Amino acid sequence: MHEYSLVQSLVGRVEAEASKRGAIAIHRITVRIGELSGVDPELFQTAYDTFREGTRCANTPLLLEQVAASWSCPRCGARIPRGEALRCAPCGVPARLDEGGDALTLNGIEMEVD
Amino acid sequence: MCSTCGCGDSELVPVELHEKILAGNDRTARHNREHFAARGVLAVNLMGSPGAGKTAVLEATSRAAAGRGWRLSAVSADLATDNDARRLEAAGIPSRAITTGQACHLDAERVHRALHGFDLGGAGVFFIENVGNLVCPAIYDLGQRANVVVLSVTEGEDKPLKYPVMFKAADLVLVTKIDLAEVLGADLALIDENLARVMPRPRALRLSARTGEGMAEWVAWLAELKASVAPAAMASRHEHEHEHVHDHDHEHVHGTSEEHRAFGRPPRR
Repeated sequence: MHEYSLVQSLVGRVEAEASKRGAIAIHRITVRIGELSGVDPELFQTAYDTFREGTRCANTPLLLEQVAASWSCPRCGARIPRGEALRCAPCGVPARLDEGGDALTLNGIEMEVD
Repeated sequence: MCSTCGCGDSELVPVELHEKILAGNDRTARHNREHFAARGVLAVNLMGSPGAGKTAVLEATSRAAAGRGWRLSAVSADLATDNDARRLEAAGIPSRAITTGQACHLDAERVHRALHGFDLGGAGVFFIENVGNLVCPAIYDLGQRANVVVLSVTEGEDKPLKYPVMFKAADLVLVTKIDLAEVLGADLALIDENLARVMPRPRALRLSARTGEGMAEWVAWLAELKASVAPAAMASRHEHEHEHVHDHDHEHVHGTSEEHRAFGRPPRR
């Protein structure tokens, strides 16, 4: 259950950004979670709902953008079918994870400024 | 104030960040990496299930690498005991226990703190024995040069498919307890196939810490990696000139062995 420590970092970061910009309210947080990020979106949401109490994010909804993992050949671009070996057989090269598949990023904050 | 018409109402501001949530951990990991590089130390993060044989592999490594003249050292993470660090000490590997309490993984900050006053020696091999767990440790960069995942044949051939994030992060997989493979009927080819489904560059070695089978190959792998870690000219001192914030409340000791007399003893309570 590392989701709690991640949420702790997230809320701390959001609060710091809100203070820096003199926000009077934080309306929404958007987080991008890739399938291979090592984070379970449901657990992350639950951890957030527990942790946000008593913080500046107490009334702030968290929007999770989930990204499915896919692998492609860096040479010919062919997609590796799910469940197959992570290698492009025709090109003989290791596959590359497509962008976002392992993302764990704070994408944006919507805040209200006086 | 509203900047469109100056009406005095508050304004909604979208702030685009696209920032890694683990950015803070990654900064500390970079610091650890510089610390290792300055001393020419090869740092290896050893991960795997509880009971996969992480400590046994390190004990056997101490024996198998005895002739190499390497200075081995380790930190060993456990939720509640310092048993593993004591075992490593007994095997001749100066070690320090990191008791993580409720935390299911090591992060860069805990490793950083454990390094304080710990004598890595010059040009040695430093093992970070992570908490036994195939999930959480995978996403935390600790500043290591390589991730090694220990997978024992007793765990089932489909472990890589169940924990793809962990195996994707591995530079090397050690398939351990290989002396039990036959009696268990373990399908070793299937383990390799499954690794290839989650690792773009699958690399696995089969070994037994008990019989010593495969240990020479593992030590050779370490030697090759170690050769790629160039010892810095001023390996004995690491001056912290880089940007770095110490917000913890203990002394930061770096330098000569004189300052390191207290190292290498797991905490005894």
